[in-house]
Amino acid sequence: MAAPTTGRVAPLTWRVARLVERRIETPTAQTLLLDVPGWPGHLPGQHVDLRLTAPDGYQAARSYSLAGPADGERIEVTVQRVPDGEVSPYLVDTWTEGDPVEVRGPVGGWFVWRTDETAPVLLVAGGSGVVPLMAMVRARRAAGSRTPFRLIYSARTPDDVIYADELRRRARDDQGLDVAYVYTRQAPDGWRGEPHRIGLADVNSHGWPPDLEPLCYVCGPTGFVETVADLLVGLGHPTRRVRTERFGPTG
Amino acid sequence: MGIVSPGFQGRPRSSAPDLPPGQYLTEDFPVLSAGPTPRVPTDTWEFVLTTETGAEHRWSWAELMNLPQDTPTVDLHCVTRWSKLGTTWQGVSLDTLFDAVDTDARYALAHSYGGYTTNLPLDDLRGGRAWVVHTYDGGPLPAEHGGPARLLVPHLYLWKSAKWVRGIRLLVDDRPGFWETAGYHDYGDPWREQRYQGD
Repeated sequence: MAAPTTGRVAPLTWRVARLVERRIETPTAQTLLLDVPGWPGHLPGQHVDLRLTAPDGYQAARSYSLAGPADGERIEVTVQRVPDGEVSPYLVDTWTEGDPVEVRGPVGGWFVWRTDETAPVLLVAGGSGVVPLMAMVRARRAAGSRTPFRLIYSARTPDDVIYADELRRRARDDQGLDVAYVYTRQAPDGWRGEPHRIGLADVNSHGWPPDLEPLCYVCGPTGFVETVADLLVGLGHPTRRVRTERFGPTG
Repeated sequence: MGIVSPGFQGRPRSSAPDLPPGQYLTEDFPVLSAGPTPRVPTDTWEFVLTTETGAEHRWSWAELMNLPQDTPTVDLHCVTRWSKLGTTWQGVSLDTLFDAVDTDARYALAHSYGGYTTNLPLDDLRGGRAWVVHTYDGGPLPAEHGGPARLLVPHLYLWKSAKWVRGIRLLVDDRPGFWETAGYHDYGDPWREQRYQGD
């Protein structure tokens, strides 16, 4: 049967990308800066597919959130090494500057934040779910936006916090950006409270009341996103203003 | 064949099953959706087929359960590249629901509790290839997987199998749904790797 086509959008083509720089974020996460000639630009929150080809022609592709706002032909992704993964260990351990991988994107038009939005924004990150949210934080700064942002970031331990230094700096310098942390296994010295999974008190204390009509973006593992999205709905946020991106336990 | 990435071998593939291109096998059941999980009680649940002339055919939960039930075992293919083989379901064939429906429409727009929509050619919902399912792996379908009832159209990427389905609107002209408007393919055949617009 012929597939219906509308021709609304130009086909997404695979482009050859090369590694420009890598930054160690945590013991298991790295940010990879890629040069992608012909990159068309993107919105914060969108993702790319990265494709690897073996010498025998075998291919494997995975999706990764873009970590930064549009910046010419330069893009960055933050990759968490998945134990026994097929693609992430290569990107983190083997990929060398100058070696090609293929990139396709940007993909996704729902889990995005546009810099001309003025509604308050609540970002809730679980683990590496912070990546697309960080793209929004950085885009806000780059655009000089004054839109109020709050980020609640749940990490296992302080050592697992991705972008830790930059988040500290931005929370200090970016007016209207608040960052709160939840630690699930081990809190830093001097932290008030015990390690715990994110709950109603965290979302209520560090989020926005529903009557301010914030846009809520929740990204993280499935169970985390289910929990937070249910809490937000329970607090009275309309479901249409709660956008979610889940990643499963697969790699 | 794409550009070779030096040093990339991939997983050992001698025992790899026959998956659509670009897919990998998973044993668990990942959850992907755009927003909070709707909780729909079965005592208020209903399913509505609306024809292109506006004629409505409604089924309550009890009425759906009283229809002949199928128990399909099917493979699932998600556009995010995981595939899950041999999943078992119970539900009602769309053929059964369309039995009493008089239509000349060629397209369908499935819609869900929570506002999600997805479009399919009507022919893809008929001929024993699509179901409204309420049971997964022997138990009630969990809400995060689309319970109490979801569409199951296993020959297309899984986003076409609308979770929390509440109805299907029959259309003379094709109209893109939620993910299709966001850049995903209108049809979504996994064997032709129709992931995004233009594929």
